[in-house]
Amino acid sequence: MSLLLGALGIGSVLALLALGIFVSFRIFAFPDMTAEGSVTLGAAVAVAMLVGGHDPVTATVAATVAGALAGALTGVLHTRFRLNGLLAGILVMTALYSINLHIMGRSNLPLGDAPGFARWIGNISARFADADGSVELFGRAASALDLFMFVFAALFAGLVCGLLHLFFHTEIGAAMRATGDNPQMIRALGSNDGFLITAGLALSNALVALAGALLAQYQGFADLQMGIGMLVWGLASVIIGESLTGSNKFGYLLIGAILGSVLFRLLVAVALRWGLDPADLKLVTALFVLIALVAPGYVGKLRARLAGGAAHA
Amino acid sequence: MLEIQGVSKTFHAGTVNEVRSLRDVNLSIDDGSFVVVIGTNGSGKSTLLNAVAGTFFVDTGVIRLGETDLTSWPEHRRAALIGRVFQNPFSGTAPNLTVAENLALAERRGLRRGIGRLLPGGARERIQAGIKELGMGLEGRLDNAIGSLSGGQRQALTLLMATTLRPQLLLLDEHTAALDPRSADQIVRITDRIIARDGLTAMMVTHSMQQAVTYGDRLVMMHRGQVVLDLRGAEKRRLRPEDLLQRFEELRRSDLVDPAVADMLRRRYV
Repeated sequence: MSLLLGALGIGSVLALLALGIFVSFRIFAFPDMTAEGSVTLGAAVAVAMLVGGHDPVTATVAATVAGALAGALTGVLHTRFRLNGLLAGILVMTALYSINLHIMGRSNLPLGDAPGFARWIGNISARFADADGSVELFGRAASALDLFMFVFAALFAGLVCGLLHLFFHTEIGAAMRATGDNPQMIRALGSNDGFLITAGLALSNALVALAGALLAQYQGFADLQMGIGMLVWGLASVIIGESLTGSNKFGYLLIGAILGSVLFRLLVAVALRWGLDPADLKLVTALFVLIALVAPGYVGKLRARLAGGAAHA
Repeated sequence: MLEIQGVSKTFHAGTVNEVRSLRDVNLSIDDGSFVVVIGTNGSGKSTLLNAVAGTFFVDTGVIRLGETDLTSWPEHRRAALIGRVFQNPFSGTAPNLTVAENLALAERRGLRRGIGRLLPGGARERIQAGIKELGMGLEGRLDNAIGSLSGGQRQALTLLMATTLRPQLLLLDEHTAALDPRSADQIVRITDRIIARDGLTAMMVTHSMQQAVTYGDRLVMMHRGQVVLDLRGAEKRRLRPEDLLQRFEELRRSDLVDPAVADMLRRRYV
């Protein structure tokens, strides 16, 4: 039960990351490596500020803004200086590594006694929990903290999802979707596609940094390495979400990213429980994304060949 | 009034691939005039339209629309004044957005896009009425992704998008060339109707001799980056497809001769 709740909680926190990757990768068709640096940037800024005595809201907002700036920088490199999108992201990601180290002062910065959102949620959960910190859930004892973490994280992810849905149906939000679809069209309609891409990457990395900030508060520390593989992780979530909802409607795609993140985390937790070596986790994730991206084409071909073979026979 | 003065453009200058696409082009188009532009492949007719639209900056010359000097304006800024339809039916619309969303984006061409709702109350009805006027039976497909429509349907909607806010200039770059003959005919008729209804100033590049003689009040023929023929009024109205084909044949024959030799022969014998 605690395995399940823990996975659901982290999955919901990382849903924000999946939403961020959805914005860059699906809306703008931009494989944005900046995300790997922004996760850590968000975590580093949040923890450093919390340790420095700021309150959780200020620290988390600052982390989100820092992510937005990193994304905007990648956007400027790509649209103003005409750098290849992947390269622009890699440059910023690499630069962020040093910046993150400066912010944290060392490679791993624990939250210690500083108050984060996790502390707030802990205080709330303590009111509902038994003396040993557990509550009864479906007839079984479960950690009250894990339960409340999950509930709050899921509610927050849902709220962000709703706001994104509203935003992408405003004049400027729809223009962003159109830019990813067809930049020529949005130029012919009088909007600066370079600006819209830059703003979109800022939004994407703001979400990713927000996920990093909340993840650091959830697990109690920021780590210099925590961003590695996060882009692929987010992609896996987005892809799972697309097959879960099976719809092209924008709202479903957003909800799918959240569900995909939670489900993927759950799958990982189960796989680890069954004896998957944690060292192999990123390899397995990468293979999963590869298969998910490549397989649909091959399945189609195979089906066509089988159908063709049947026709010949 | 559109004024193109001394406009030249060379692509890949200084390399073996150097192409002098426009050579000192001068053209001025009166308000309300519908100009058909024809020419051989590589004659610079599409390049001329793109120079006006701002796809690239010209090497020399000035492009003025009304009182405004557009020469140094980027493409998206010029779009506030200019409506465009492209040769590729996929270029003018965003496939994953719905028909209504595409048109709503076009209703703010060149205007500031804020955080107001894209489709506020009443917008759908207005958009639907506009689509109905096209007469293509698309008014029931407001919520379909525009990518699910045919090339002809998308081109008709692109045309509506380019003209829903009255443009000072409408640029049509072989916008029927990628369509089947029936759709092409339908689109060019709708084009003519909208231009006449709104009294638009328009430039239409076409490969179809039939379209060139039937539509517009002025015809410009381009060859090797220059305007070689400019007919209007009664001359344009009398024009038949055979006349144009004969012109093309003359151009082809003069191309067989080296330009320097042609010039010498002309001086000696003409």
